[in-house]
Order: sequence, then structure tokens, then C-alpha cells
Amino acid sequence: MKGQDMLVRLNVNGEWREADVWPGASLMSMLRDDLGLWGTKNGCEQGECGSCSVWLDGEVVCSCLVLAAQADGRRVATVESLAGEGELHPVQQAFLDAGAVQCGFCTPGLVVAVSDLLRRDPEPPEEVIREALSGNLCRCTGYQKILDAVRLAATRMERGTA
Amino acid sequence: MEVFRPSSLAEALEIRAAHPEAIPIAGGTDLMVELNFGRRRPEGILDVSRLPELQEIRRQGTTVFLGAGVPFARIMRELPDQVALAQASRTVGSPQIRNRGTVGGNLGTASPAGDALPALAVYDAKVVLASAAGSRHLSWRDFLVGPKRNALAPDELIVGVEWNAPRGPGSFSKIGTRNAMVIAIAGLCLQVDEEARGLRVALESVGPTILRAAEAEAFGAGVLEEAGAWVNPRATVPVNAVVHFGELTAAAASPIDDIRGTAAYRRHACAVLARRALTWALDDRRAGAI
Repeated sequence: MKGQDMLVRLNVNGEWREADVWPGASLMSMLRDDLGLWGTKNGCEQGECGSCSVWLDGEVVCSCLVLAAQADGRRVATVESLAGEGELHPVQQAFLDAGAVQCGFCTPGLVVAVSDLLRRDPEPPEEVIREALSGNLCRCTGYQKILDAVRLAATRMERGTA
Repeated sequence: MEVFRPSSLAEALEIRAAHPEAIPIAGGTDLMVELNFGRRRPEGILDVSRLPELQEIRRQGTTVFLGAGVPFARIMRELPDQVALAQASRTVGSPQIRNRGTVGGNLGTASPAGDALPALAVYDAKVVLASAAGSRHLSWRDFLVGPKRNALAPDELIVGVEWNAPRGPGSFSKIGTRNAMVIAIAGLCLQVDEEARGLRVALESVGPTILRAAEAEAFGAGVLEEAGAWVNPRATVPVNAVVHFGELTAAAASPIDDIRGTAAYRRHACAVLARRALTWALDDRRAGAI
């Protein structure tokens, strides 16, 4: 297999990284298996669950549906890009405070989707929130606490109190 | 497995001619699933996501050209006046999927559940194909030849689609178990063509490929004619005619029982969707939104 591998070089969270990957590998598997960025979760590998959500050139995508080679030379941001030094991102803090995390598997993908939403729409109405999160599945919470977390994060970020 | 990453259409077409076994990939929402699950191990992959020619949206008069690589999210933003197609794009997958999935992918996969395809059918769109030897236009009907089968030659790529934007209301609706991440159990596109005084109806997920409901179209146009509604959008169209329009639409379906629904349910859904779509169109015309 090694002989067939190809070199992929991409900018992840502001840093150029590279790895030899199987040509059919997804961006998700490259991030996890080659670059050690395990915040991006391997859930369904078919774009259903959103747990592998990352930004590709600024747009939220399922990294399991991007061929790693397609991300060559491009800019990727993962959930690891959000927290500062010793400080959580306001969306992450809101998930903690609202009790929106149970098993935690879907959380990174949801945090990416929510952060993306609040960047584009700081005060999203209910139906916009639901639509923005429609590609992320959570099998624990029943979603209510997640919606609470989104509203909490939006309020804090608006007020600048986060 | 080799991945080819051309940066122009001309370069891509040369690779396509030399390596017809390489499967084109754009948004990856279909092909990556097959790769991830080991269902497909192509000898090569041809990445068309870097071809600027496939990212274009052009308008000339009433002609619209939509590049095969334009993701659904961009169609929603940039072609909102092509209502049926924009609505269909909005129902695809989830935000993550709409940031990647493309009309070219719908055409390449040629699934009867490709959500953009009924819109292309009611627009009577032409598929623009290119090879190193030249390009050709094929009507959507000649391109979609069967379930997951299309008329793409091994040395060709799908460059985009082109249609003459019809004047008149249009809509897309589909039935599924939730509002996101749904493969349609049944879907319907209706387009009014005010110039030709015609209706166009296309169905998804209820036959081997996308179907037009020709009898329903002719009947519906005749009903509007009889009611004088083409001239006067406020004229009353009899309710029983709208119901019969739904029945004729259902009769055009050729559904099967499968994991998502039964044939009988799909046929019923077609009648309901058609009735609703015609009612919306008549309401839009009445409101002067023609």
C-alpha cells in the first residue's frame, strides 16, 4: 500500500501540514490518522451525522466526504482551532454551561456548525438554528439543551460577555 | 489508485481521454461514501473541483448556464429567481452537503432521487458535455437513460446545464421522513410557462428515472384555457379539475415498493404533491407574481 500513497499538503488551523495518504483517503481520515487531530470524529462516513464537520476554505463540510487530495493546497480549520490558550470558545463554554453535552461524541461537529452559524448570523431565530444544525445528529440529548446552548452563546457573544 | 488534479477543463479532458477508467469527483457526496465503505475501488479518480469552467453561472437574455461544479448552496444564493431549482437545492441533504453537492453530481449519479433533476426536466434543460474532440448538448431526457445510467461517453465530462428560463411560477416539493438528510420517497416539480400557456410537471423517486407527466400537463393547460385563466389569472379554476390533475400526475408515475415506501404510497403522494403545486401556482398567478 505504501508505494501507492500520495503526498497531501494542506493548511490546517493556520499551519502547513503534510502526510502520505492512500489516494482514496478522506480528509477526515487524514486529519485523524495522519495529523492526530482527533476532535474531528469518525461517525458515519456517509455525511449523515455531521460529527466530522470542519471548515474547508471557510465553508462547513463533512470531512468524510472530501477526498484528502481535494484539500491539497487548501485551508482547513478543525474544532481545535476554536479554543484559545487555556480558554474555551464561547460556543464550547455555552455547551458546558447549558448541559448540552452527554456522551460528547457529536459535540465537536455541533460546536463547528454552531460557531459557523453565529459567525454568519449573530442573532438567529429558532428556525434558522434548527436548519443550521439539521446535518448534525445527537443520540443523547434530544437536542433541547443544544438549542439552549446556541441561544446562550448567541446572547453572550452579542453582549461581548463571553 | 491514482488521483488526477487538473486545473483547467482542457487539461481535464486530455486526462479523461487517456484515463477513461478514472471516476470524476466534484463534491464527493456520492463517490466518497462508496470509497469509505469499500464498495468501489476505482483505478483512478479525476478531481474536477478545481476547474474554473465548471464553477460558472452565466446569463444571456433568458438563457441560464449553470456550471456542473456549482454547489447547491451557491445555486440557492445566486439563482433565487429560478424558483423550482432553488427550492430543490434547498431540500438537498444538510448545510454541509449543500456546500459540496452539485448538479453535475446529480447528473453523473443519475439517481431517480436526484433532487435537482426534476427542475432540469421542467426547464427542458440541455446537458453540456465536452470531450477533447469537442462538445455537445444533450436534452436531459436523452442524457438520463435509466436508473443510475446516463449517456456520458467514457471520454466526456459534464460541463454544465443550460436552459431557457421560463416565465411563470414554479415550485419543488418532496416527501420524506424529516426536513433534512432525506432521500425523497416522492418529489415533484411544477413549472408554469406563461409564454407557451403550458404547464410542465416532473417527478422524482417514482420511476426508473425522472418522469414528465405529459397527460397531466396537457390537461392542466386546457383547464386554465377553458377557465380563461391564462388571460385572467383571477379566473376560478374548478377544484375537481385540480383534483383530476393530481390523479393524472399519479398515473404518470411508475413506482416500486422499496425500503423508503410502497408503490401505492408513492402514487398517492404524487397526486397530493401535484394538487398542492398547482394550487400554489394558481395562487401565485392570482397574486400577480407571474
